[in-house]
Amino acid sequence: MTIESGRIFHRLGLIAIILVTLFPFYWMLSSSFKTQTDLLASPPLWQFTPTFANYLEVYSDGMLMGAVGNSLIVAIFATIISVGLGAPAAFALARYDFRGKSDLWFWFISNRMITPVALALPIYIIARSLGLLDSYLVLVLVYITFNLPIVVWICTDQFKSIPPEIEQAARLDGANQWTIFRRIYLPLGLPGVAVSAIFSFIFSWNELLYALVLINKTERKTAAVVATNYMSGYELPWGKIMATGSIIVLPVIIFALIVSRHMVRGLTMGATK
Amino acid sequence: MLDPGYSPWTPFRFLAPAVLALLAVGIYPTLFAIVTSFRQYQLTRPRSGFPFVGLENYRTLLFDSTFRDSLLLTVKFFLFSMPCQLALGIAIALLLHQSGASFLRSIARVAMVVPLATTYAVVGLIGRLIFNRDFGVANEFLSWFGFAGIDWLGSPNGAFAAIVAMDVWQWTPFCALIFLAGLSMVPLEIEEAARLETSSKWQLLKRVQAPYLIPGLTALLILRSADVLKLFDMVFVMTRGGPGAATDLISVYIQRVGFKIFDMGLASAQAVVLMILAVILSRLYISLIYREIDA
Repeated sequence: MTIESGRIFHRLGLIAIILVTLFPFYWMLSSSFKTQTDLLASPPLWQFTPTFANYLEVYSDGMLMGAVGNSLIVAIFATIISVGLGAPAAFALARYDFRGKSDLWFWFISNRMITPVALALPIYIIARSLGLLDSYLVLVLVYITFNLPIVVWICTDQFKSIPPEIEQAARLDGANQWTIFRRIYLPLGLPGVAVSAIFSFIFSWNELLYALVLINKTERKTAAVVATNYMSGYELPWGKIMATGSIIVLPVIIFALIVSRHMVRGLTMGATK
Repeated sequence: MLDPGYSPWTPFRFLAPAVLALLAVGIYPTLFAIVTSFRQYQLTRPRSGFPFVGLENYRTLLFDSTFRDSLLLTVKFFLFSMPCQLALGIAIALLLHQSGASFLRSIARVAMVVPLATTYAVVGLIGRLIFNRDFGVANEFLSWFGFAGIDWLGSPNGAFAAIVAMDVWQWTPFCALIFLAGLSMVPLEIEEAARLETSSKWQLLKRVQAPYLIPGLTALLILRSADVLKLFDMVFVMTRGGPGAATDLISVYIQRVGFKIFDMGLASAQAVVLMILAVILSRLYISLIYREIDA
C-alpha cells in the first residue's frame, strides 16, 4: 500500500466511524422533525420538509415538561447529596490512615458492581410499607447508592493529588479538620468534585428501572419513563416519540461533552489508568 | 498526626454519613430479599399469608427452565456483542491513534461520547424505529445491498440481532476509548523504533502495542460482563423480552417475575442467586483490576 492510499484509507475510516456513531442520534433528531406521513414512508425519506409540530404536540400533552421537572428535581438532589456524603468520605480515605481503610474503599467501589434488578423488588416492598412509593425521596435514596461509589472514587483520586504541604499554614493557624476539608481540599479538588457531580447527574437522569417500578403516579414519573409513554397503541406516534427522546437526551449529551475528557476514566472508575 | 483536633474518630466522622447511607439502602433490602426468598410470598394472594417454605423457592428456581434459559441467553448475548465491540474497538482505536487527519480524529473522538451518554431507554426507542419492519432504515440499508427486508423485532433471531446491534452501537466507543488510552501508553521511542523495523501494522500491533492493550481488555471484559447482567432499559423498551423469550435477558426476566407475576418469594430467590453471581463477579473484578491500587 502506498503512503497516499494509506492516508485516504485512514480518512475514509475516520469518516465511517463518525457517520456510524452519529447516525442513530441523527435519525432520532431528524425523525422528530418529520410528519407522521413522512415517518411511515417506505423506503424511509432522507429529504423532507421539517416541522415543529411534534415538539408542540409533546409540549401541549403536558406530560413531558412535568417529567423533565421531576427528573431534574430527583437528579439534582441525588447529585447534591451524593457529593455531600461522598466528598467528605473521599477526604478521609485520601488523607488519613486507619485500620481497614483499603477494605472500606473496596467496599465503596464494589457497590458499583451490584446488579440493580436484584434489589428492585425488596426496595419496592420496603418503600411500599414505608409509604414512600411515588415520592421523590425514594428515588433520590436509591440513586445516592448508585452514585456514591463513583463520587468516592473520583474525589479520593483528586484529593490524593493535593500536596499535604499546602495545609501547613492552615494547621499552624489551628484550623480543625472540617475547616481544612472545606477551605482547602474542597476548593482545590473542585475539578474532580465537579466531574463526579456531572457523572452522578447523568446516571440519575438516565435511570429507568427504579423510576419505572417505584413511581406509579403519572405526575411524578421521570423523563426516562415518560419517554416510553407513547409506546402503546396500534399506530405509534413516532414523531412525538422521537421529539421526546431528543428533549431527554440533549441535556445529558451536553453534560457528557463537558466531561468527555474524563468519560472513560469515569465509566471505568480508573480501572485503566 | 499532630493536627489540632485530630482524634482516632476523625476519619470516622467524615465517613459515617456515606457508609450509613449505603448500608441503609443496600444492606436492609438485601437481608429482606434473603428472608423473603424462604417464604411463600405472593402479593396477589395476601390472605394466604407469607409462611416460611424453606428451600421451596430455590427448588422451583432450580427446575425452572425459564430462569436458566434467560441466564444462558444473557451469556449468549455477551458472547455475541462483546467480540464485536472488542474487534471494532481496537480497529477504531488504531485509526484514532494513527497520526494525520487531526481534525477528523478529534471530531471522531467527540462523536464517540454521544452513544455513551444517550439515555439507555432512548437507545431502545431509536432501535425500535430503526429496526421497524415496514419503514425502518435498517431494511433500507439491506435493500441497498440487494437483500430483502427482515421483520427484525417480530422474529426471534431478528430481535436478538437488533438488541445486539444497539448494544454494539452504544458500547463500542467505550471499548475504543479504552484501547486508545492503552495505545497512547506505548512509549513514543519504542513505537518509532518499531516502525523503522517493520512496515507491517499487524506486526506492530502484535509485538509492540498488544501488551499495552491487555489491562484495558481485562477491565472491559469484566465491566461489560457485569453490565450485561444489569442490562434492562434498552431491551425492555425495545422488545420487552420478546418475541416469545427471544430477548428475555436476566434483568428483564426478573423484573417481570417480580412486578407482573408478583411472586415475591420466587423473585427474591432469583434476586439472591443473581446477587451471588454479581458479588462473585465484583470480587473477580476488584482482585484483577484494582490489585495494585492502594486506597
